[in-house]
Amino acid sequence: MATRRSFVKGLAGAIGATALGGLAACASGKSRARAHVVVVGGGFGGATAAKYLRMWSQGTVDVTLIERNAAFVSCPISNLVLGGYRELADISVSYAGLQSKWGVRLITDEATAIDIDKRTVGTAMNGVLRYDRLVLSPGVDFIPNAVPGLEGNFEHVPHAWKAGPQTLLLRQQLQDMADGGVFALHIPKAPYRCPPGPYERACVVASYLRRHKPRSKVLVLDANGEIQSKKVLFAKAFEGYGGLIDYVPNSELRSVDAATRTAELEFDRIRADVLNVIPPMRAGTIATRSGLPLVNGRWVDVDWLTMEARGVAGVHVLGDALQPAPAMPKSGHIANQHAKVAAAAIVNLLAGEAPNPAPVVMNTCYSFVDERNGIHIASVHQYDAAKRQPMPVDGAGGVSTAASEIEGQYALAWAKNIWADMLA
Amino acid sequence: MKLAHAFALTCLLGAAGVAAAADPNLARNLAATCANCHGTDGRSVGGMDSLAGEPRDRLLQKLLAFKSGERPATIMHQIARGYSDEQLALIAGHLAAQRVRD
Ligand code: HEC
Repeated sequence: MATRRSFVKGLAGAIGATALGGLAACASGKSRARAHVVVVGGGFGGATAAKYLRMWSQGTVDVTLIERNAAFVSCPISNLVLGGYRELADISVSYAGLQSKWGVRLITDEATAIDIDKRTVGTAMNGVLRYDRLVLSPGVDFIPNAVPGLEGNFEHVPHAWKAGPQTLLLRQQLQDMADGGVFALHIPKAPYRCPPGPYERACVVASYLRRHKPRSKVLVLDANGEIQSKKVLFAKAFEGYGGLIDYVPNSELRSVDAATRTAELEFDRIRADVLNVIPPMRAGTIATRSGLPLVNGRWVDVDWLTMEARGVAGVHVLGDALQPAPAMPKSGHIANQHAKVAAAAIVNLLAGEAPNPAPVVMNTCYSFVDERNGIHIASVHQYDAAKRQPMPVDGAGGVSTAASEIEGQYALAWAKNIWADMLA
Repeated sequence: MKLAHAFALTCLLGAAGVAAAADPNLARNLAATCANCHGTDGRSVGGMDSLAGEPRDRLLQKLLAFKSGERPATIMHQIARGYSDEQLALIAGHLAAQRVRD
């Protein structure tokens, strides 16, 4: 605060009487309403933004969070629920702390429309809200009709790529599968939410099957040409399961027959006992239909200094919905970091200050290769003023040397700490 | 008071144009990149070390030892190498000034 005050004093001295005249004219501004930021989406990005806006503005900015679910359910760690090693309750956190501790106004509702000219958000049940600045953290939605036969059949062919009822549904199907069955998992072309997640899922499902139904098989149908994250480590983990995991690259899904759980590939047709299709995805629908700039019609293009959608002042977009910067994954960890860049920029902008010209974000994705042993990938991204985007720092980041129990414990500790950093 | 001050600043900068100086909250922003694992303001909720209130020089020494590889780690060597020594010093200073308890 002292720095800011002396900065103002120095500035006032430097610019002299004319500017002070302007200041007097501004005095009526005192009666203006407090700034109001609306946050849409209470995932890793949105919840963090809501908390940090209240924290860093010292309560001077009003924050409303619109989130459709009553509690936060974490995608990271949800593969352990699938394997039966954790309960859904273990990965669920209440939003109550944002309200009671941080003074965030919570609205449990669906945001339906944004008017970027009028600066309003429409909701299903709570009418229209006005904002001074909007934070949009909509996550991903699946591209309609990208895989013929899938639409409306997620009960038969679960995605379990949004944690909650889908996680439990896939868990149930895995439990109901007979020994000797085939659990087929389809991975879409990158970019998709959580690059290592599907490979972790293959491992955790295999660890369950090895113990309970050892004659079964996990068939990994990857639309990509190779493992997309921690390749060497996952390849080693797959090997450790003997013949239980069968990894097939370049297996783009053409269509599914949900009734028979059949996956149609270019040169093959696979009938599975459990068919888990992670569909091709794009930015959450509220972002794609609100006139924001999209890359390939899928991901929102942002100004990395403020996280505002390019050319759309006042609309800050976070997380999986973004066209990623180089080597930046779609992860909960990075969404939390986007949120802090946005919160800092918004507090500055509302005070008439420039945003931080040198933001830094970092990522870590921990994964389990069985119920106990963990691996990680990490990277640090510094803003490059010439390239106008964050760039991964050469020589920093990397992956684990090998899977270990200690990193399994760090993975769980990471989860507890990031959930608290967002919500407590 | 604080609010009036913020508006005064808005008006002042509105008149004078936005100054392109280093952000006074740079240390806070950099330290926030560590909170995902070590807790908000370095106060861990468990399973990772708390960093809040630890003396600046000791923190910085540890971070530089991670960076050089002198101190063995599962991940901190890879993270520390992503920041300049100046940035690590800012982070250490900020964390040292945080309350140990919430
Ligand atoms: C992804 C999780 C993660 C992030 C993010 C992270 N750390 Fe760590 N930190 C760890 C782990 C795990 C250890 C234990 C050493 C190891 O195995 O790397 C650790 C250890 C430390 C220690 C040593 C604590 C002690 O007294 O022994 C310090 C200091 C530290 N971290 C500082 C930082 C700072 C500063 C940042 C941000 C620039 C940061 N950490 C970001 C996971 C993290």
